[in-house]
Amino acid sequence: MDQTPYEYDVLVVGAGGAGLRAAIEASAAGASCGVICKSLLGKAHTVMAEGGMAAAIGNVDERDDWKVHVTDTLRGGQYLSNPKMAEIHAREAPERALELEAWGALFDRTKDGRILQRNFGGHRYPRLAHVGDRTGLEMIRTLQDHGIHRGIDFHMEYTVFRLLLDDGRVAGALAYDRERGRFRVYRAKAVVLATGGIGRAFKITSNSWEYTGDGHTLAYDAGADLIDMEFVQFHPTGMVWPPSVRGILVTEGVRGEGGILLNSDGERFMFDDIPPLYKDQTADSAEEGWRYVVGDRDARRPPELLTRDHVARCIVDQIKAGKGSPHGGVYLDIAWIKEKISNSEEHIRKKLPSMYHQFKELAGLDITKERMEVGPTTHYVMGGVRVDAESQMSTVPGLYAAGECAAGLHGANRLGGNSLSDLLVFGKRAGEYAAAFAREQGDIRLDQAAVEAGMKEALEPLEREGGEGPYQIQHELQDLMQEKVGIVRIESELEEAIEEIGRLSDRAKAVSAPGNREYNPGWHTALDLHPLLVVSEAVARAGLLRRESRGAQFRDDYPQKDERFGKVIIRAARGADGEMVVEEIPVEPMSDELTRLVEEMG
Amino acid sequence: MAATQFRIWRQDGAEGEGGYRDYTTEVTEGMVVLDAVHQIQAESANDLAVRWNCKAGKCGSCSAEVNGNPRLMCMTRMSDLPTDRPVTVEPMRAFPVIRDLVCDVSWNYEVKKKIEPFEPRPPDAEDGTWRIAQEDVERVQEFRKCIECFLCQDVCHVLRDHHLHEEFVGPRFFVYNAALEMHPLDTRDRLASLKQDEGIGYCNITKCCTKVCPEHITITDNAIIPLKERVVSEFYDPLKRLFRVFSGGSRA
Repeated sequence: MDQTPYEYDVLVVGAGGAGLRAAIEASAAGASCGVICKSLLGKAHTVMAEGGMAAAIGNVDERDDWKVHVTDTLRGGQYLSNPKMAEIHAREAPERALELEAWGALFDRTKDGRILQRNFGGHRYPRLAHVGDRTGLEMIRTLQDHGIHRGIDFHMEYTVFRLLLDDGRVAGALAYDRERGRFRVYRAKAVVLATGGIGRAFKITSNSWEYTGDGHTLAYDAGADLIDMEFVQFHPTGMVWPPSVRGILVTEGVRGEGGILLNSDGERFMFDDIPPLYKDQTADSAEEGWRYVVGDRDARRPPELLTRDHVARCIVDQIKAGKGSPHGGVYLDIAWIKEKISNSEEHIRKKLPSMYHQFKELAGLDITKERMEVGPTTHYVMGGVRVDAESQMSTVPGLYAAGECAAGLHGANRLGGNSLSDLLVFGKRAGEYAAAFAREQGDIRLDQAAVEAGMKEALEPLEREGGEGPYQIQHELQDLMQEKVGIVRIESELEEAIEEIGRLSDRAKAVSAPGNREYNPGWHTALDLHPLLVVSEAVARAGLLRRESRGAQFRDDYPQKDERFGKVIIRAARGADGEMVVEEIPVEPMSDELTRLVEEMG
Repeated sequence: MAATQFRIWRQDGAEGEGGYRDYTTEVTEGMVVLDAVHQIQAESANDLAVRWNCKAGKCGSCSAEVNGNPRLMCMTRMSDLPTDRPVTVEPMRAFPVIRDLVCDVSWNYEVKKKIEPFEPRPPDAEDGTWRIAQEDVERVQEFRKCIECFLCQDVCHVLRDHHLHEEFVGPRFFVYNAALEMHPLDTRDRLASLKQDEGIGYCNITKCCTKVCPEHITITDNAIIPLKERVVSEFYDPLKRLFRVFSGGSRA
């Protein structure tokens, strides 16, 4: 076992949009930089992003600017976002999008050759820069190809399972190599976590195996705060059939291009329930909704483009009322636009090529002719590491977080399209501030005892004989979270879930993963259990404490918003005895300028 | 459907001796090969190594050879395979095996680093932005769809049979070159390196790569042949050669 540490000024964990952008920035600032990723380079979840990147460039509607964008984001997040982060995001997203173009990304164009922008849920004006429905691929490939020429070291198929500390300050990380099972020690003056989300804690999810809450848990174990963990975004439209593809994402872009939701009676049910906060912005009739889709600036959004939390709940209500589709979803229909445009089939294939491809190949269904069946799928976690709005540093010195594993921008609900821009805006900032931290702070010392102990612990599942297999525990946790900590929550079930997570955690400490160390998925799954259990506990405990329904959290026993909870966010951190402590803390205050803007724009 | 037989390649480490092992698992409606492999992994082969991510044909991680055909396992439906014989699943054969279905594709990442990076022309507008026609974006979209699954590399006989990895970059990187060369803003010239370092001349356009591309990129006709034509007109056009002699230019 080679224990000679790799040494970097800045170590980035994760190579999706946020991690790559952080690494590019850190390296541009003169820091030596290494990136560790669980998969091969270019395969991270960013590649799956379809709809686009929200940036108020104002190319399609010049009324758009950062002020409208920030108020849209705050409203979408039900005013629990960190207002300063929301402002920075809205102000800097256009520059980050244009910079991507300078690095070779090609977005779809307007008639006069500028970046085209599309409609999306919760955004007042067409705002999403996009390339058909594969914007994420364009973004990750651009960053990857730009990054490989900048002297950044990439460590592919490595998983970080422990952060190393030196007197409370971050000092590096401990990882294992998936291919050969070797341990690697990384010594770094600053660490940027960019590990994405926690979707694998649930049974139905659009997330891949990687999304086990690693960054959340590494930070938590190192003593950092997590916030907003009760807010898990269930995307309204995942595939529901065939069973093996259940949960795979169907982009919101389908609705942006005119797709409508129907129940088994053929009713367009989204017109029946429009929240007061959005009444003034939502179309009254199907006719007005269509005018919006084709760019009539006086028309308002169709109700299918309300925020994701709301659309997901409306779908669940239809299914519960017995008006679902045969496989337990509702219908999403884009083929209907043939009534409106003559070349609809070609138009759909051009605007939504990967959706066409996905349904054709996985479900044997032609979306230009037939209705899709869709239902909610676990998609994104608004909660994550609590960070400083400007620098993205966590409460642990030298430890930064950006992208999905950080929290604050999205509050109680994220708007579609705000994730890709989040990755770039805050990835850049994390890289910049991490490089500065590494430059300004003194050297660190590696705690050799912690290194030895970490490695010994990680080997236990391989060496232990006769224990239970890790897959069983993982599946039980996913079923539990789906059933009791899902879209609709209630106190008794949350309490049961917390108890059950405790029992699963005990069982996880005694698992066996037979086989050797090369590419051993059983062993990897055994090591993934700890982060999955930590984030699951945080979601359940925070959900229990927030006795109201707001954004992505719906409590059946407290179905209304409660003004008191509109003023607080929930923090989870490790207590003195190692147990998880959750408590309410005040929402970050809003500047006078922002308060005025919010009042003006309603 | 019902119980289905599989023959899966098992190999313990790069130096280990590999061989097929037989498994049986229940196949239900709508399943793809990757589902069956995962089911086998969960039921009877916990340590079966397989690389995967998105499970929706977007990341290009789960490349393998299914019944001898290079495929993404996540996009190969069981109902499209013959049921009268076992389904064979083995790793891509043009790359060294790490374990079972997982192979070492790191060579591809090294190759990419050597290709001239993108460099845009100066911005068209004062605000630092460019004006590009949608049709110019669409022209290169086909190449930019590539998900880097490396199935085209796996099937290319120059790599698979002749092992010319040192002299030939393979179809994936001709597509990458094409994306850069035909990028509406790019200013660099990659023709000399295509000819000399990347071995485009070795390709004898058998179109095997095009046939296996899960993104349906017309690799040979739309990327490789136009690049070959550019190389030919750059280096073998008699007028240009004459011009180079007099101007003292030695771009080749």
